[in-house]
Amino acid sequence: MTVTAAFFYLFATITIASGFMVIASRNPVQSVLFLILAFVNAAGLFLMMGAEFLAMILIIVYVGAVAVLFLFVVMMLDVDFAELRQGFLQYLPIGGLIGVVFLLELILVIGAYVIDPGLVRSPMVPIPSPTVMTNTEALGQVLYTRYFFFFQAAGLILLVAMIGAIVLTLRERVGVKRQDIAKQNARTPETAVEVRKVPFRQGI
Amino acid sequence: MELGDILLSVAIMLGKSLLMLVALLIFIAYALLADRKVWAAVQLRRGPNVVGPWGLFQSFADLLKFVFKEPVIPAPANKGMFLLAPLLTCTLALASWAVIPLNAGWAIANINVGILYIFAISSLGVYGIIMGGWASNSKYPFLGALRSAAQMVSYEVSIGFVIVTVLMCAGTLNLSKIVEAQDSSLGILGWYWLPLFPMFVVFFISAMAETNRPPFDLPEAESELVAGYMVEYSSTPYLLFMLGEYVAIMTMCALGTVMFLGGWLSPIPFAPFTWVPGVIWFVVKASFLFFLMAMAKAMVPRYRYDQLMRLGWKVFLPLSLAMVIIVAAVLMATGRAPGMH
Repeated sequence: MTVTAAFFYLFATITIASGFMVIASRNPVQSVLFLILAFVNAAGLFLMMGAEFLAMILIIVYVGAVAVLFLFVVMMLDVDFAELRQGFLQYLPIGGLIGVVFLLELILVIGAYVIDPGLVRSPMVPIPSPTVMTNTEALGQVLYTRYFFFFQAAGLILLVAMIGAIVLTLRERVGVKRQDIAKQNARTPETAVEVRKVPFRQGI
Repeated sequence: MELGDILLSVAIMLGKSLLMLVALLIFIAYALLADRKVWAAVQLRRGPNVVGPWGLFQSFADLLKFVFKEPVIPAPANKGMFLLAPLLTCTLALASWAVIPLNAGWAIANINVGILYIFAISSLGVYGIIMGGWASNSKYPFLGALRSAAQMVSYEVSIGFVIVTVLMCAGTLNLSKIVEAQDSSLGILGWYWLPLFPMFVVFFISAMAETNRPPFDLPEAESELVAGYMVEYSSTPYLLFMLGEYVAIMTMCALGTVMFLGGWLSPIPFAPFTWVPGVIWFVVKASFLFFLMAMAKAMVPRYRYDQLMRLGWKVFLPLSLAMVIIVAAVLMATGRAPGMH
């Protein structure tokens, strides 16, 4: 038990400290790297709760894909972040106010939150023990039956967002030379090569 | 649990990990030599043949040379990150071997989400390269890092779908159980490479692209980017990058062995062949996949960058998506889906 507690405090401390460093760090690239550290430690916390599937998905999706794109963009940016921080104290009151309001709302929501009594210890759908059913299987069985429509709706929303992003950034440029692979593959010696007799000292 | 018990289990775990690490590193040393020998043989050269009999100690000589050289850190580089990047690459690559089952019950950590763990770790491999490229503060490394980031993220998608098809057939995310699911009286014909052959090919090519292996070594294309993200590295940091790369390649070979070639199972499922220890079959199969990769390196010219992206997004992604649907439909129609009976 003490080992578990020690690991919990280790992960929790690093998560919070790196979360703080994300906003405190001078260099934006370092900020993103601290964000990644926070993600990885959050995955560690998930693992300790026995939510191994969530932990791995957190690493694959957030660290392996989303944060890579963050890092990509931040490295390409050439913004003087010291200049952006000039008005830090000026905006501190309003930023602090928003922070406090948000914190209060979070406390209210989490304080009033109860797990649906229909789900807890229902004799019809007992919560399986981790030794009987793995985490992944249990999640799948709930996700594809009880929450099927929510799951599909979430997928649709993501699809719409993706299409929106593509439409926003797509622009048809004229005069750009593009390769058409099918056209290239369809070329034959008959259409591409021409044998000519070149008259001596005259050229074509 | 007593304190003594905890210490004992920790000591056993450390011993196992150390044994695995040493065995893996020695194997990698000879895989590297084999890679160079195959490459040389295809080009009608002899390859490394001076250090030791038939050049067998070449990799160890290289190791010593790298370690004793002076590490040069460029003045404008971000020193901490510059040194952290190769360390990260190598550590992450080695970490995925914790879950690979070399024989029945031989995995150091036999976890339920083993395959997701390997996928997660290999998706983190890109950070070493991006950090190295950025921290060098120089043009070629940065271009190499950007290429690598785009390439690895693209091919992860198709590897993910390949893994999904295998999972649908096996019905588990545990690597040992995936191997056990392939155990049948058919032997080699019962493994997943046959029914999922298109996915095996997609996996093999994506694995080469994911590990920056030729013909997809765009991040270090020496003809255009000198050596890509490794330009500014020398000595031990360079060694760690190279080592991490080869360990990642072996991980992909091992993953291919587990998912498609029946892991430690004997190809012919009766007496004299089943006496051979499973670990030998595993090493033979992984080496076979590595040999195929070495041949691909020797024979196929490097892809152009737009061709690489086209292959990933326009060919492999639709193909693997279609295969996920087809495999699911076939499993449901024939009633072979795990959990249906």
